[in-house]
Amino acid sequence: MITAAAQERENYLNASYGLKSWLLTKDHKRIALLYLFTITLFFALGGLFATMIRIELLTPNGTLLSSETYNKMFTMHGVVMVFFFLIPSIPATLGNFFLPMMIGARDLAFPRINLLSWYLLVIGGLFGLFAMLAGGVDTGWTFYTPYSTSYSNTWVIATALGIFIAGFSSILTGLNFIVTVHRMRAPGMTWFRMPLFVWANYATALIQVLGTPVLAVTLLLVLCERVFHIGVFDPSLGGDPILFQHLFWFYSHPAVYIMVLPGMGVIAEVISVYSRKPIYGYKFVAFSSLAIAVLGFLVWGHHLFVSTQSVYAGMVFSFLSYFVAIPSAIKVFNWTATLYKGSISYATPMLYAFGFIGLFTVGGLTGLFVASLGIDVHVTDTYFVIAHFHYIMVGGTIMAYLAGMHYWWPKMTGRMYPELWARLSALVIFLGFNLTFFPQFILGYLGMPRRYHTYPPEFQVLHVLSTAGASVLAVGYLMPLIYFAWSLKYGAVAGANPWNATGLEWKTPSPPPVHNFDEIPVVTHEAYDYSTVLGEVEVG
Amino acid sequence: MADQAQAHAVETLALREQFDTAAQQRDAVTLGMWVFLITEVMFFGGMFLAYTIYRDIYFQVFALASSSLNAVIGAVNTAVLLCSSFTMVLAVRAAQIGHRRALVIFLILTLILGFAFLGVKAFEWNQKFQEHHVPGPTFHLDGTAEQGHAQLFFSLYFAMTGLHALHMVVGCGLLTWLLFQSLKGKFTPEYMTPVDISGLYWHFVDIVWIFLFPLLYLIDRHLGR
Amino acid sequence: MADHTEHTEHIDSIQTYGAVWILLLILTAVTTAVAFIDLGAFSVVVALCIAVIKMLLVALFFMHVRYSTRLTKLVVSGAVLWLAILITFTLADVWTRGLIGTPGR
Repeated sequence: MITAAAQERENYLNASYGLKSWLLTKDHKRIALLYLFTITLFFALGGLFATMIRIELLTPNGTLLSSETYNKMFTMHGVVMVFFFLIPSIPATLGNFFLPMMIGARDLAFPRINLLSWYLLVIGGLFGLFAMLAGGVDTGWTFYTPYSTSYSNTWVIATALGIFIAGFSSILTGLNFIVTVHRMRAPGMTWFRMPLFVWANYATALIQVLGTPVLAVTLLLVLCERVFHIGVFDPSLGGDPILFQHLFWFYSHPAVYIMVLPGMGVIAEVISVYSRKPIYGYKFVAFSSLAIAVLGFLVWGHHLFVSTQSVYAGMVFSFLSYFVAIPSAIKVFNWTATLYKGSISYATPMLYAFGFIGLFTVGGLTGLFVASLGIDVHVTDTYFVIAHFHYIMVGGTIMAYLAGMHYWWPKMTGRMYPELWARLSALVIFLGFNLTFFPQFILGYLGMPRRYHTYPPEFQVLHVLSTAGASVLAVGYLMPLIYFAWSLKYGAVAGANPWNATGLEWKTPSPPPVHNFDEIPVVTHEAYDYSTVLGEVEVG
Repeated sequence: MADQAQAHAVETLALREQFDTAAQQRDAVTLGMWVFLITEVMFFGGMFLAYTIYRDIYFQVFALASSSLNAVIGAVNTAVLLCSSFTMVLAVRAAQIGHRRALVIFLILTLILGFAFLGVKAFEWNQKFQEHHVPGPTFHLDGTAEQGHAQLFFSLYFAMTGLHALHMVVGCGLLTWLLFQSLKGKFTPEYMTPVDISGLYWHFVDIVWIFLFPLLYLIDRHLGR
Repeated sequence: MADHTEHTEHIDSIQTYGAVWILLLILTAVTTAVAFIDLGAFSVVVALCIAVIKMLLVALFFMHVRYSTRLTKLVVSGAVLWLAILITFTLADVWTRGLIGTPGR
């Protein structure tokens, strides 16, 4: 039994008090919580913009917002959700907290750079927030030129600066993870004994380090063009707007893998624990993370199919885009195979994992549709594409994020969340999500363009369904916010390993001590070796 | 505290508490700098891409614009930077063998050469300003009707050499800090990692210039314009 | 956990560094001089080759990549490869525009 004395034991949360001990911490666990707080705020902000969009789209004639304001709403929704929420989300919270513990390290390689990463996200976010409060930006999150460089009268510079700064947050996190995985594994923790969550974050870190600098220099060129009128992307000087698109998407396509790969890592952990089985095909899953990271850099031209990019290049990019689906499919097959003859528990993290597998598959398959040149000509810049990427980003990543939050909540806080409410919210989120985004596939296929706030009346039914779904989804997201907070004071006290999971993080008390391990462990068994852990999963 | 006892009693510069051995820290920090340098390669890479595309499609105008740069000054400046790399690696070597005076001297020499490079750069930029080759309303390059394309060359010239110069300034800042630390005797053969990784950074900035020089200054010089 | 050191065990002589330095200066002079010779399309090839040689000299000798771990060499190769991906794939677009016409035009 957990005694009151154990609750009073010193851990990373109560080892020191005061604002300074948090704002100047070097502890990766505290930094993870700082990030958690920050990105939750950004998620709420992005959700606010989404709410405005969905309310506006209830009626065909654009009664609530002007066209200009609507342009700002979808732009800021995209900017906040992509750059200030999704990109940091899993790596900076769950990755920061658990990657060192999973490999038996005391902290990341560079704790102060870790803290700097957080500050950079906050500062970048503040620039973005300033831009939004001062009047907003209306270029679309993709900042296509020459509109963003020469014609838009909105706060492009402040927003671009904010994203530029946040980009360095991402780069430094990636750098930290790469060095940590290479140099700080505990004795016996070989590469192929590492949990798949670590492989996923490592692959993500590679993308962050190789791709984000190109976004940074591209935004810098946009800034120079706006401020100094240098004209690198200005057609009137001979500049090529398609060059901007190449530079932008060189990062932004791999960026979607930054957003989804860590989620896949969470799913691997969750599926394994709640089936009481090692992940089927461990090496395939590990290598598929690397394959996604590498192949993801070879396909960016599929965002330029309807630009003046050469058809020949388009064919090459289309062909390669089919290739990058393969490692993702391998993961889905292996997770599913893991379930076979497993001892399945339907705890909340597992429910989210099931949701992830289904919704990510839909998102991934529809990705194949848009990877085809012929189909993309018709569905590009329609709601079909919007539905495609929301199935992956929301149906995939956010569900994986919630799976991870629920799975690791007992370890992070020493408390269990209320299982019944958690399962209910998972259901609400799943239903709300599908009601919101499935109609958008149909809308897009029928021709509803994206970034338009007026539309032909025959589309209204589908839009109303979508907005209804969005309200349900919003409720679903509010519920964990409430019960997680509630659990901090009233939740059942959690032991070191409530799920009887393998993994070094479960060998420490909940919440962990400041230095993670009283003694650095020596690893002698493979990952997901359930013979080392007794008992079944206990679910409240 | 049980876990404190397992952690190091005293955290030193050479052995921070997250590491087990000084060698591990050295390896990790060096790897960290190399990973940072990849990000710099990709950062400059975006501009090299823009340059490659526009030089390819506007070759004649770029050649004309390039010939307005002084190749000899560019070559001399390149030599200055190469010399600074030489003095930098000698500084690293001095730190490796614990020769403090040599370390200080070579750091000072590297700084002087670095500032010399920046000084020449400033002179060149000023020349461009005088000749109205700075992109903007007063821009004019003689010898071509394609003023827009010519402006593109100079936009890239200023953007790329400017970004490079910014990195040089940061490098000089790093060297200055190293100089003060060396004077205080902070570096020993066992702990000279900051000198080492600053050297890596400095050499990288040199490599960027090794490419910038021929690409910007030496297009079609044989046409003798 | 890796307990190997990188290059600190290998300390090159001043002569080695000096030789590389002289070579770099010579190559700079060469590349400047060659620019004034008409080589047509080969001018840029020669200029880039010389630049690559200079880069290798700085990397291998001054940055000690010669003595570094396989991981460092992998990192360096990765950087070059990724830059190559960015440039070649984009050039694949620019160089083939107009090669295959738009259907119907």
